[in-house]
Amino acid sequence: MASENAAQGFSNVRRTRFWQKGFLASQSAYVLAALVVIIVVMSLLSPNFLTAGNISNITRNFSFIAIAALGMTLVIITGGIDLSVGSTMALSATATSLMMGALAGASVALFPGGALIISLAAGLGVAALIGLFNGVAIAKLKLSPFVTTLGTLSIVRGLAYVATYGRGTFPSGPDKDLFLLVTAGKLFDTVPIAFVYLLICALAMWLALNHTAWGRHVFAIGSNEAAGRLTGVNVDRVKIQVYVLCGLAAGFNGIIISGWLGSAPANLATAYELTIIAAAVIGGANLAGGVGGAAGAIIGCVLIEVIRNGLVLARVDPYWQQTLVGCIIVAAVLVDRLRSLRNG
Amino acid sequence: MALLEINNVTKEFGAIRALSDVSLSIQPGEVVGLMGDNGAGKSTLVKIISGIYQPTSGALSFDGAHMQINSPGEARRLGIETVYQDLALADNLTAAENIFLGRELKYNFGPFRFLRHSAMNQRAAELFAELKSETRADDYVRQMSGGQRQAVAIARTRLADAKLILMDEPTAAISVRQVAEVLNLIHRLKDAGIAVILISHRMPDVFAVCERVIVMRRGTKVADKPIAQTSPEEVTALITGAKETA
Repeated sequence: MASENAAQGFSNVRRTRFWQKGFLASQSAYVLAALVVIIVVMSLLSPNFLTAGNISNITRNFSFIAIAALGMTLVIITGGIDLSVGSTMALSATATSLMMGALAGASVALFPGGALIISLAAGLGVAALIGLFNGVAIAKLKLSPFVTTLGTLSIVRGLAYVATYGRGTFPSGPDKDLFLLVTAGKLFDTVPIAFVYLLICALAMWLALNHTAWGRHVFAIGSNEAAGRLTGVNVDRVKIQVYVLCGLAAGFNGIIISGWLGSAPANLATAYELTIIAAAVIGGANLAGGVGGAAGAIIGCVLIEVIRNGLVLARVDPYWQQTLVGCIIVAAVLVDRLRSLRNG
Repeated sequence: MALLEINNVTKEFGAIRALSDVSLSIQPGEVVGLMGDNGAGKSTLVKIISGIYQPTSGALSFDGAHMQINSPGEARRLGIETVYQDLALADNLTAAENIFLGRELKYNFGPFRFLRHSAMNQRAAELFAELKSETRADDYVRQMSGGQRQAVAIARTRLADAKLILMDEPTAAISVRQVAEVLNLIHRLKDAGIAVILISHRMPDVFAVCERVIVMRRGTKVADKPIAQTSPEEVTALITGAKETA
């Protein structure tokens, strides 16, 4: 009896069309369209906008926050938030350059680049520990993500000041040039290396979110955490992993910024968490959880940077930038809201 | 030998005694109706069997072995599948992704393990065809009707070789035609040697498919008798307390 009339057609139910599902139906796609329009308008307004040098600058600048925005998007998909990313960027950069300085004095004649690898491991290790602390507090102790990471925002920033007596540090030692090359270098003299890292991270994140069981679990947790638990998903572990990845992404971004600056001031990346959250939200991550993606996070970062850059080139008072970015946050979620009202 | 045996199980939540001294046994391939008013302890009992709650006192044995079921995942590995009353679905995933949630099909690619999307969609489509549901495997649960959601939750229990399926109000939200299909499915499960515990408020459903009915009232078992020896009137009286025990 299984085979007869197995496919009873419902004549009043259409198949969802390709543009009604997937990326094309997401907020990310609307924002991408808006971005294209803005780029066209900017290039008409300013002849300098689409020059190789300016594009290279824009690319470098959005890469400075976009890797952290990828991590933030992961956290937001699970329904969480991480306010500590700006501080994590600073402490991670500080730890890296402190370690480089420490190894400069010591006569550890490792292989070439050994001091750099140890220093990067120290910086990223610190970032992972901050993420681990956040994750365990949120997943195991059931603390609210907002309050927990508001706490670590302050704790970690404080540690960055304590570790450097508030003065900040400078990358030094035998591998200093190598450090500047791998953080602030340019591929073929045009493509900022930070952008290459960003593409690699984004590709890895896209694969993990869409083509692994782990990615499905991240989305399931954001939509219905109880369902995840009932179906045997290890919810706590996935949550901790997501906060660790977010910490690592922020730390990596902080190290890259310190390479470009040539120093790691203790106030590095202050208030960046808000820009990063804004970029993720503009790009389509939903703070209620369950929605978001790698492409959206990057689109959000590009949009913010293009506006900032365009306003400078158009000689608009740069103080307008914040106001405009704020308008775009509201407009992006408003468009998404109107669309979901219409489609039910 | 009984498939599932529950001996003197009590469950307390603070001052509330949700279950007191409940014992029952389920034979392989047996379909048992579990009835009772709201707050009678049906859902608590189901949650103990499916590993969500641990009993305050009392013992469980499954397949002849004494055991504690510590998590829903553990229950599934033993062969106990559950259709939860709230269905436990993630709205932002497709039907197939929900069915396979927590036990996805994967292939190895070097050190990585990627999802086999098409294999999962295909298997899900087969399950829906088996359930005679018009649900499509790659549609998002967000867009689905109550009946389709229920079909997804039921299809999930058919993925592995279950020995016991717990159904908490599986016909509460679905169409008349689909109710008949769910009841047919329960018959087929029984023929395949799978035991079913059906929790329902719908007297006709229970009398149509169950061989035995267990009635709960205020945390205790007040009746446990073959369907042939009782009547809807008697069961109603037992549920409401008009009749004390049977």
